[in-house]
Amino acid sequence: MSPEIGTHQLESDTAGDMNFKETELTLALPGESRTLKEMNGGKIGTKRGFLETVDLNLGSLRADCSDKDRNESENDVLTAAKPPAAKAQVVGWPPVRDYRKNAMKSCKYVKVAVDGAPYLRKVNLEMYNSYEQLLSALEDMFSCFTIRNYLNERKMVNGVENVPTYEDKDGDWMMLGDVPWKMFVESCKRLRLMKSSEANGLAPRTPSKCSSTSG
Amino acid sequence: MNYFPDEVLEHVFDFVTSHRDRNSLSQVCKSWYRIESSSRQKVFIGNCYAISPERVIERFPGLKSITLKGKPHFADFNLVPNDWGGFVYPWIEAFARNRVGLEELQLKRMVVSDESLELLSRCFPNFKSLVLVSCEGFTTDGLAAIAANCRFLRELDLQENEVEDHRGHWLGCFPDSCTSLTSLNFACLKGDINLGVLERLVARSPNLRSLRLNRAVPLDTLQKILMQSPQLLDLGVGSYVNDPDSEIYSKLVTAIQKCESVRSLSGFLDVAPHCLPAFHSICPNLTSLNLSYAPGIHGSELTKLIHHCRKLQRLWILDCIGDKGLEVVASTCKDLQELRVFPSDPYVGNAAVTEEGLVAISSGCPKLNSILYFCQQMTNAALITVAKNCPNFTRFRLCILDPTKPDAVTMQPLDEGFGAIVHSCRGLRRLSLSGLLTDQVFLYIGMYAEQLEMLSIAFAGDSDKGMQYVLNGCKKLRKLEIMDCPFGNGALLMDVGKYETMRSLWMSSCEVTLGGCKTLAKLMPRLNVEIMNENELADFSADHTPKVNKMYLYRTLVGRRKDAPEYVCTL
Repeated sequence: MSPEIGTHQLESDTAGDMNFKETELTLALPGESRTLKEMNGGKIGTKRGFLETVDLNLGSLRADCSDKDRNESENDVLTAAKPPAAKAQVVGWPPVRDYRKNAMKSCKYVKVAVDGAPYLRKVNLEMYNSYEQLLSALEDMFSCFTIRNYLNERKMVNGVENVPTYEDKDGDWMMLGDVPWKMFVESCKRLRLMKSSEANGLAPRTPSKCSSTSG
Repeated sequence: MNYFPDEVLEHVFDFVTSHRDRNSLSQVCKSWYRIESSSRQKVFIGNCYAISPERVIERFPGLKSITLKGKPHFADFNLVPNDWGGFVYPWIEAFARNRVGLEELQLKRMVVSDESLELLSRCFPNFKSLVLVSCEGFTTDGLAAIAANCRFLRELDLQENEVEDHRGHWLGCFPDSCTSLTSLNFACLKGDINLGVLERLVARSPNLRSLRLNRAVPLDTLQKILMQSPQLLDLGVGSYVNDPDSEIYSKLVTAIQKCESVRSLSGFLDVAPHCLPAFHSICPNLTSLNLSYAPGIHGSELTKLIHHCRKLQRLWILDCIGDKGLEVVASTCKDLQELRVFPSDPYVGNAAVTEEGLVAISSGCPKLNSILYFCQQMTNAALITVAKNCPNFTRFRLCILDPTKPDAVTMQPLDEGFGAIVHSCRGLRRLSLSGLLTDQVFLYIGMYAEQLEMLSIAFAGDSDKGMQYVLNGCKKLRKLEIMDCPFGNGALLMDVGKYETMRSLWMSSCEVTLGGCKTLAKLMPRLNVEIMNENELADFSADHTPKVNKMYLYRTLVGRRKDAPEYVCTL
């Protein structure tokens, strides 16, 4: 969701919308902890409740929040930004060190299928910073095949060529190399090294403006 | 007591090693103070701003080994901005200037620059051991200086530091004459290393007991290293990815079988789980296993591994082990003393363990005394059962990922559950709370937690009374850290003298105001009361009603520190 869209919703919601409880993010089953808060006399007023500490890092939106209006605008921000809620980070919670969080993040294993190979492999995309590194690792893994890399340079070993493709989040099969590396890592679900002869209609790519390194 | 000559007393004191006991010795009488101070070699400084290096050197002229801690604990969770402080350079510079015969340096949560490491490497000819835990500010260039210049280096132990990796030639800086290494841990380095250099270093280090590799070290290097050092006690595996049918794998199996002394295993940063059986031969000897950085190990491969680890005393694991997996641990690891279960999804989401796993562990492992448990939910009944099963807890840290979640069954606060823990575990020294909690839990803590030294609280309590119960009741309290609780000036100012008996107090997003903090600072000149307000830079001339964002206070003998950044104000 782009900042512009968020801002629009912020403006329309500000007008007299104090009923933030209904739109509060909850992390339990819907309705559960909200009810409990009410049972306990609505503690939200006296201290900064857990939900209000959500720091959604929405850049331009936060810059406009003065301290006085913090509660209101934060809750409107929560309204505006509901979809990414599940991944919203609370400052200081859970108490896990960044070092550990980063170690957990670098773990994006995807299956790799090669036409003609009897079994699949798995690679961790986070281990690489560019398409070249990935393709080189795949070549090592499947050493009896060559891979035509996305810049259309061929590495000849025994004459069998493969075109690297991947399945993205939408379930479509795409050719490697069109999007920036980081975007590819985000959206790649599995890899397939397709036999060149099957890659009908996948025209050799012109060397592109697209950066092959992490971008 | 003065019947003995000094040398005799000194000899007797040699047997007293814990710094707390030595502190007690030094308080008996003047001559014991004098003798103890002149003979103490190992010094522990829990807060580097509580004292100055000059005064430490003055008091302990025989200083050889020092531990320093810098930033407050909550800095681990991004609550302390960068440049807050904790610089080690002034300490090293003072030691160098005063010709301290430094041999060992252990730092936690400090900022360590390459300059400090270079100075360290050049000024202390007998330097033997460097242990850095959760530090930052240095690069592999600093490590290169240590490797190159410390001729008698035995131990280089880097635990969970943020190191800028300049593609290490640092390992190659160990001279060929360096054969004294006993411990090398570089698991936290992200970059590549020269594998040949590593192999040769290991080959010329016959005393190597502890080796923890980073991600860049692949299986075939591991195999070669293990063949060179079957005497290892502690092994951290780097990257563990290979084809189980390959020749390298079978060589690895042979090499591992020779490592009969390995008692501690960690790492597995990248893992092909079907290769794990190679380690089954050493599992029966393991007392310590850390798989908390190995999200690739789960399910049946994990439980198969654990089945072999009957002697385990310490286990660090990810929550993807699940309650069922914890039941396997409970039935296998009867000697278990310490368990840490970390979240595999550190963002507020779903933890794969619940109160059931904890109960299973408590009933299967009666020797359990230390736990850190990140979970999805908890119940009072479970905590009461755990308290009954394991009265020996010294450290109990529970982290429910939704921090205000009530009892999952009764929807009540978790006061009774934690109350049972503090009531049953008379030796409890460290406690972290979470879940829905009222002032009642603090009443219990104040009443029963007599040995409590460190307490961590977040999103708990209803009023000042909560904090007051704790300050009143916990006589041995040393560190109190509080975030997002409704405790204000009433609690803060109730017993100001208490803070001089403690190391530090942290309060963030609570109800204390600038006026309250100023009052406290005025009453207690030997405390540094530091306020952090990142949004309003150094504007404190306004009226005193604003609430204080973050307050960190600590006792000190040397007044306000001179290296505080702009956003920190010492009142």
